[in-house]
Amino acid sequence: MKKLSARRRHPLAALVVLLLALAATGGLYAAFAPAEKAQADTAAQSLAIDEGKKLFAVGCSSCHGLNGEGSSDGPSLVGVGSAAVDFQVATGRMPAQQPGAQVPKKKNIYTQHEIDQLAAFVASLGPGPVAPTEKQYTSTNPDDVAAGGELFRTNCAQCHNFAGQGGALTQGKYAPSLEGVDAKHIYEAMQTGPQNMPSFPDTTMPEEQKRQIVAFVRHLDEEPNPGGLTLGSLGPVTEGLFGWIFGLGVLIAVAIWVAAHTTKARKS
Amino acid sequence: MSAANSATSGASKPASTREKPANKAEAVADWADGRLGIYSLAKANLRKIFPDHWSFMLGEICLYTFIIIILTGVYLTLFFNPSMGEVVYHGSYAPLNGIRMSEAYASTMDISFDVRGGLLIRQIHHWAAIVFVAAMLVHMMRVFFTGAFRKPREVNWIFGFLLLFLGMFDGFMGYSLPDDLLSGTGIRFMEGAILAVPLVGTYLQFFLFGGEFPGTDIIPRFFTIHILLIPGVMVGLLVAHLILVFYHKHTQWAGPGKTEKNVVGMPLMPVYMAKAGGFFFLVFGIISAMAAIATVNPIWAYGPYRPDQVSTDAQPDWYMGFSEGLIRIMPGWEIRAWGHTLNMGVFVPLMIFPLVLAVIAIYPFIESWVSGDKREHHILDRPRNAPVRTGLGAAWISLYLVLLIGGGNDLIATHLHLSINDITYFVRVGFFVVPVITFVITKRWCLGLQRRDRDKVLHGRETGVIKRLPHGEFVEVHAQLPQDKLHKLTAHDQPLPMELPAEVDENGVAAKTGILTKTRAKLSHGFYGEGSQIAKPTAEEHHEITSGHGHH
Amino acid sequence: MSHDMSEDKLPESHGSAGQHEVATHGDPFADPGLPAHEPRRTDIDERAAKRAERQVSLMFVVSMLATVGFIASYVAIDADKIVYIFPLGHVSALNFALGLTLGVALFCIGAGAVHWARTLMSDHELPAERHPIEADDEVRADVIEQFKTGAAESGFGRRKMIRNTLIGSMALVPLSGVVLLRDLGPLPEKKLQHTGWDLATPEHPLPLVNMNTNKPMKAEDIVVGSLTFAKPEGLEEDDETFQQQIAKDALMLVRIAPENIKDKDSAELGFEGILAYSKICTHVGCPISLYEQQTHHALCPCHQSTFDLADGARVIFGPAGHPLPQLKITTNEEGFLVATGDFAEPVGPSFWERS
Repeated sequence: MKKLSARRRHPLAALVVLLLALAATGGLYAAFAPAEKAQADTAAQSLAIDEGKKLFAVGCSSCHGLNGEGSSDGPSLVGVGSAAVDFQVATGRMPAQQPGAQVPKKKNIYTQHEIDQLAAFVASLGPGPVAPTEKQYTSTNPDDVAAGGELFRTNCAQCHNFAGQGGALTQGKYAPSLEGVDAKHIYEAMQTGPQNMPSFPDTTMPEEQKRQIVAFVRHLDEEPNPGGLTLGSLGPVTEGLFGWIFGLGVLIAVAIWVAAHTTKARKS
Repeated sequence: MSAANSATSGASKPASTREKPANKAEAVADWADGRLGIYSLAKANLRKIFPDHWSFMLGEICLYTFIIIILTGVYLTLFFNPSMGEVVYHGSYAPLNGIRMSEAYASTMDISFDVRGGLLIRQIHHWAAIVFVAAMLVHMMRVFFTGAFRKPREVNWIFGFLLLFLGMFDGFMGYSLPDDLLSGTGIRFMEGAILAVPLVGTYLQFFLFGGEFPGTDIIPRFFTIHILLIPGVMVGLLVAHLILVFYHKHTQWAGPGKTEKNVVGMPLMPVYMAKAGGFFFLVFGIISAMAAIATVNPIWAYGPYRPDQVSTDAQPDWYMGFSEGLIRIMPGWEIRAWGHTLNMGVFVPLMIFPLVLAVIAIYPFIESWVSGDKREHHILDRPRNAPVRTGLGAAWISLYLVLLIGGGNDLIATHLHLSINDITYFVRVGFFVVPVITFVITKRWCLGLQRRDRDKVLHGRETGVIKRLPHGEFVEVHAQLPQDKLHKLTAHDQPLPMELPAEVDENGVAAKTGILTKTRAKLSHGFYGEGSQIAKPTAEEHHEITSGHGHH
Repeated sequence: MSHDMSEDKLPESHGSAGQHEVATHGDPFADPGLPAHEPRRTDIDERAAKRAERQVSLMFVVSMLATVGFIASYVAIDADKIVYIFPLGHVSALNFALGLTLGVALFCIGAGAVHWARTLMSDHELPAERHPIEADDEVRADVIEQFKTGAAESGFGRRKMIRNTLIGSMALVPLSGVVLLRDLGPLPEKKLQHTGWDLATPEHPLPLVNMNTNKPMKAEDIVVGSLTFAKPEGLEEDDETFQQQIAKDALMLVRIAPENIKDKDSAELGFEGILAYSKICTHVGCPISLYEQQTHHALCPCHQSTFDLADGARVIFGPAGHPLPQLKITTNEEGFLVATGDFAEPVGPSFWERS
């Protein structure tokens, strides 16, 4: 681990990590010496970049330009890194469909293999955040949830709400709900700061803390709700609605029964 | 009881002329009467008559939820520790393990997770509070729209209003106590609001918080206010409120046999003891079921309060929602002059907040001044028969709702895919426009209903039977309303607007009419003038129509 | 339900107005008087009454069973047991069981009592006389006379000195209560004018410490588009006054490409595009931190005040009255971001003494 982090700034490091990611998603993850292997995989890598470029030309270039240099319709992708590509494409946000306050999440139309090729191409345009490996975003320490909660409340809850339900931003923009979002994508969002979300780079929020936050967000999905219905975990507004509609509503219905005159016996 | 025995068998026998009690129970009652005078008290009340209508039970919902709140509140104080001393949590809720928090928060966590049934009682307490204030508001609206606040009940209206006002604040203090992230944000808001008070704001803030925000005093102080001071005052007001209800006797709807001089219904013993007593259990049962199925105030999810942390959807409980709306829609004005700052963005809403409540509180006095009516009223108005009052009440509700929308603008934005800014602009305009529109529509609606009543009285009800007349015309057969319906629909009186005294008195001297008198006459015309009520049918009109063309 | 009842016991059907013919020739709207009482099924059919009796008792029995269930749940179910209940989800078994059994136990008592009242207790509507609340003139005159006598006997009106000194003493005595409140808190003095950053001076700058890592930061750690929260060095979570301090000292660090910074003074206060704003909203003090990195707007989650961080945190929307204060930052010789002094103005909500 120490050795790895020492070489973090090596020019080929990005490729290496990407390869690791590819290997992991293909289920072929094995411990091997990255420096030695890197050379051998260069050919496969350039193949991926070529394939990615073709995909890019079809799906992305109309807005981002043929070489990702950007246009009036889309920003430059030089230096956004593979993490940004993986996040944007795998959550279906890219390619964007229609203009609006914000590009929404939708069904992803690419296979993970194609996404990796696209990512390889965009990553080749300039160095940027690298898509994380499973090890990076998977927590094994049970204490991570509590630590992640604390970090979440400092860094994330202001937009995404205490239970990750999302919230409103200005002019129709919003912080999306984190319910059911892939651990990897949560991690990538923090790395890259998609759309209006600020980024939380490793320099100010180290990998371990991102992992803790991911652990907390994943935990939110599984957490039981001891008190009963969560009412959307949206705070007092939905509680008020429930209190009025269900609480007072039922009470008034019962009051009507209590006060109503009993049916009289009559011949029909 | 031995006293009773000795009194009846001892030497003092001649002193009491009372008959020998028939059984033990009577003996006990006699004993109590000798000391407390319960017989005279019971004579007036045991068979006291209460009219039956569901809307008369709204006040009971308030009373019962209040009792539930007190019962559960006492239980909670047995476990709650109102201290802002810091501890590191190692309780049974793992996601907060090792987190620093106040003892208030930690003890609320313990109530929720370690005390068996603690969560249930906490949730009953909170749900009951939410329903309590809601029921008070609805109860107040019932009283408003039916004119039940008129003489002799104006003072009781004020008592009721104070209960609502105190209930809101006690609720605010109550949900502030656990010191979670959401409630701490609410207290922070309160600090900012106090600071915005000109001249003395900073002093008030330092005295209330015992120093700078948040300090360590605010929760213990809120605790005392929440569990002792405000509930104490509320119990006093509540008792006075109930005594007056008994003393005035309940109002009733117009109907056959019901007059301003009587009250028609069923006796307290046994029917109302069973119904009202039973209703307490029904209310308690329903609130318990609510607490079993729905979470309220999940403090464990909010996390402990830290002044540098916040969650979106930071709203108060619903009853403070309209003040939240006021705060959110206020433009950011600030006056800075002569080395001082006046934070209008907070101060103006802070002033409008009590004003919104005050207009409804003083309405009975305004109406009685405008109408000049000095009579007692025990028969309720149907809302349609007081179009201006009903319109004003509806306008007030619409204002309240507009402000609630303002207070929840972020959730409306995310759930209806709107821009939060647009909602805020809408509420800013709506604050002025919506009540006016609501007033106009409601008043016209009432007049329409009055017209329909008039038609019903004069032409009978539509039977749905179509008849063909000899010359081919089709008419629907109308059936005359029965006597009791006719009476009910015409029982209300229609006040006449006040006329200004003549400009010149009989001696030819110009009479001075004060501006107040002029305003009053103007308002009176607005309330009761031609455009504000449809003349109810007279006996002559009815006679003419029923005898003239009786065929429909 | 209805077929086991003999028809002949039922009274004739009639309209509600038919029974009390009053002379209404003069006034068609005259009050016909209270309608005659009509019996309910349970009033005339003993079997229906028996059935109602059984129903009421059944409810009371159910209530008893539910209370037994409550106690059994309390004893048998662990406080941390979670069960899945449709449609509520995974809920605390104890809370659900206790709440439901308590609810049923209470509800059934109420429902039984009300059903009893509705079916078996007399439903004769009775009128009761009302008496005017106002006393009659005789009583009124009597009371006023008594009061006058009492007032005259006291000499309150005549002995002016007693009256005035009494009023004086009554007016003064509550002041003791007011004075006693003085020690509720210290005087504000200049406390709101300063923050923990005033320990920083140009000679002894105070490093900015990352809230997440609890370590000082270098300029290159803060990238464009990122958001970082910071506190002054030396302020630790377990400090006794941490909450008070962080309520004023909390910082929000953003980095904006220098060409995008519209306010040059603000850029001056920052360091190479890194701007350090107070995290505390100038409206009522919520920690404002909903930063949109593309628009450079920061939104307050409490009341939606929106600040343009690229333009000196100017207020562009909402109820806040003035921009977020900005802390002047630079780097020290080791390259760490530091503050060289306090904010130029008080942070947080404005107050009367704020100039």
